[in-house]
Amino acid sequence: MAAAIRLRFRRRSAIPGFGLALGYTLFYLSLIVLIPLAALLLKASGLGLRGIFEIATEPRVLAALRLSFGLSLAAAFVDSIFGLVIAWVLMRYRFPGRKLLDAAVDLPFALPTAVAGIALATLYAPNGWLGAVLLSFGIKVAFTPLGIFIALMFVGLPFAVRTVQPLIAEIDREVEEVSATLGASRAQTLRRVILPMLTPAMLTGFALAFARSVSEYGSVIFIAGNLPYVSEIAPLLIVIKLEEYNYAGATGIAAIMLAVSFVTLLAINLLQAWTRRFAHA
Amino acid sequence: MDIRIVDIAKDFGGTGALRGVSLDIRDGELIALLGPSGSGKTTLLRVIAGLEIPSAGQVLFANEDATNLPVQHRRIGFVFQHYALFRHMTVFDNIAYGLRVRPRAEQPSRQEIGQRVEALLDLVQLPGIEKRYPAHLSGGQRQRVALARALAVEPRVLLLDEPLGALDAKVRKDLRRWLRELHDRTGHTTVFVTHDQDEALELADRVAILNEGRVEQIGTPDEVYDTPASPFVMAFVGDTTSMPIELRDGQATFAGKRLMADIIGSVEGQTQLYLRPGDAVLVKPDPDDLAGTVLGVRRTATGRRVHVRLDPTATEIEIEAAASRNVSVGEAVGVRILKGRVFSAA
Repeated sequence: MAAAIRLRFRRRSAIPGFGLALGYTLFYLSLIVLIPLAALLLKASGLGLRGIFEIATEPRVLAALRLSFGLSLAAAFVDSIFGLVIAWVLMRYRFPGRKLLDAAVDLPFALPTAVAGIALATLYAPNGWLGAVLLSFGIKVAFTPLGIFIALMFVGLPFAVRTVQPLIAEIDREVEEVSATLGASRAQTLRRVILPMLTPAMLTGFALAFARSVSEYGSVIFIAGNLPYVSEIAPLLIVIKLEEYNYAGATGIAAIMLAVSFVTLLAINLLQAWTRRFAHA
Repeated sequence: MDIRIVDIAKDFGGTGALRGVSLDIRDGELIALLGPSGSGKTTLLRVIAGLEIPSAGQVLFANEDATNLPVQHRRIGFVFQHYALFRHMTVFDNIAYGLRVRPRAEQPSRQEIGQRVEALLDLVQLPGIEKRYPAHLSGGQRQRVALARALAVEPRVLLLDEPLGALDAKVRKDLRRWLRELHDRTGHTTVFVTHDQDEALELADRVAILNEGRVEQIGTPDEVYDTPASPFVMAFVGDTTSMPIELRDGQATFAGKRLMADIIGSVEGQTQLYLRPGDAVLVKPDPDDLAGTVLGVRRTATGRRVHVRLDPTATEIEIEAAASRNVSVGEAVGVRILKGRVFSAA
C-alpha cells in the first residue's frame, strides 16, 4: 500500500518538482490558514456543541448572522449580474476611457475599507448628496440594512468583474455567428450559448464576492448604524463580545460563521463543477 | 437553390476585401472558392452567409434579393474551419440547436427532433455519440458533427469555410472523398472555401479562383487546369515554371535558339512562356535542343523533379523526369520544350 503510494508520487514527469511543490504548499497553507483556524476551532470546542448551539440561538446573534449571510448572498448575487454586464462592456466594446474604467473596477480592492465606509456613509447620510435625494423619495439608506447592502456590493464588485472577464475574451466570435446561421435570435444566442459558457466563472465570482462580503467589517460599520437586531452584522458582534472580554462568545460566533461559510462555498464549488462538466476531456 | 452574386464589393481597408465579384452558383452544384490567403474567398463566403454586409452589389437567392436578409432568415448551413461547436452542449444538443431555436409553432416535437438527430448522426457516420461533449471528439468527428448541425436546419445552401483545413493529411483525404459522396447523396448546393488546389480540383464540380478580391477564372477542374485564363491561375492550380522567350509569327526563340514547342496563345515580341514540369523533357545534350545544367534533383511520388539552369542565361526551370532516369547535380543536359502557354498582358 505504502509502496504503491510511493510509486504514484515518484512517477517520472516532464514537469519535475512535484514533491517539493506539494510539501511547500502544505507547509504554507498550514502556517497561514489551517493553524489559525484550528486554534479558533480549539478555542470554540471548549464551549461544547451545546454551548455553541446556545450562542447561535441567542436572538441577537441569530439576527446578526441572518443579516450578514442574507445581505452577503444578495450583494454577491447583484454583483454577479452587474459584474457580468461591466465585464462584457469592457471586453466587447472599444470606447474612449475604457482603460480608465477598467482600472477603476479594482479600486474597491485598493481602498482601505474604512475609507470606503466613511465615503459611502457621507454620501448616503440623510444630508448627503445621494442620501438627501433618496430621502425625498422616502428611501433611507445610511444606518439601515440597505446601507450595508450597498457597502457589500461595493467591496464585492471587483471579484464579479475580474472572474468573468477572461472568459468573455475567450468566447469565440464564430460560436455566436454559427448560432445566428442556425436561426437563433440575439437573445436566444445570449441565453443558450453565451450565458451557459460564462456560468462557471460567474459562480466563482459569486463565491468570492460572497466570501468577501461575509468577512467585511471596515466599510460596513460606518454606514450600518449598528442597531442590534436591525443593522448589526456578525463580525461587529464578535468585536463587541471581545470588548466585553467574552472570548468564548466571540469564538462561538466565529466558529458558526466559519462553518456556514465553508458549507456555502463548498456548495457553490460543487455547483460550479457541475456546470463545467463538459470541459473534462 | 440557385445563387447569383452580382458585383459584390466589400472594403475593410485591409486584406480579404472584394472588388467586384460576380458568380452564378447553380442548384445542386458543389463549387470551390480557391485562392491564397487574403484573396477574399472567405469574405465572399461570409457575404453569401449574411455574416458580412457587402458595401456594394447584390446577392440573389433563387432570384430573390437576399442582400439585406438577416443571417437568421437566410436558411443557410455554415461550417467554420474550427467547427465552432457549442462546447457546453452534448453532440445531441449541438445538432438539435437549430431546431430548438425555431419559433414554437414551427418547432418539431421532441420525438421528431430525436429522430432527426439520430438520422443525421447516421448520415455523418457517427451513430451513438449523442451524449458526448465536443471535448471528447477527434477533429474529424467534430467536423462531421458541425456538418450534421448545419444540415439539421435543412439549409438551402451549405457553406463550408476550409472544411478540412484543420485536419491531418490522412483524415483529410478520407473526409474529402466522404464529403463528395455525401454531396452526391443529399444534393445540397454547396460552396466551400479552400486554399488547397488538390482539394478544390478533386472535390468540386466547378472551381472559382480568386485573387486580390477578384475572380480570375471560373470553370470545371479540367478547364482551370488545362486552359488557365491567367498566369496566376496556371501557377495556383498546379506546378508551373516559366522562361522568357521571344515570339514572332508563332515562332518562339529562347536566347536565339528556335523552340520546337507547341505554343498556346498568341503574343508578339518578348513574353513569358509558362509550362508544367511535364511539358519539357530531359534529353542528351544536342545542338538542336536547349542546353542546361542540373542544379538539384528531388524525388516526388511519381518521378523526379529536376531543377535546371538553362545556358547561357540565368533562367531556371523545373522538369519532370522518370524515376528510372539517373540525374546528378552539375550534369550537363539537353532540354526539349514540348509545349507551353503564353498570356497576353491584360
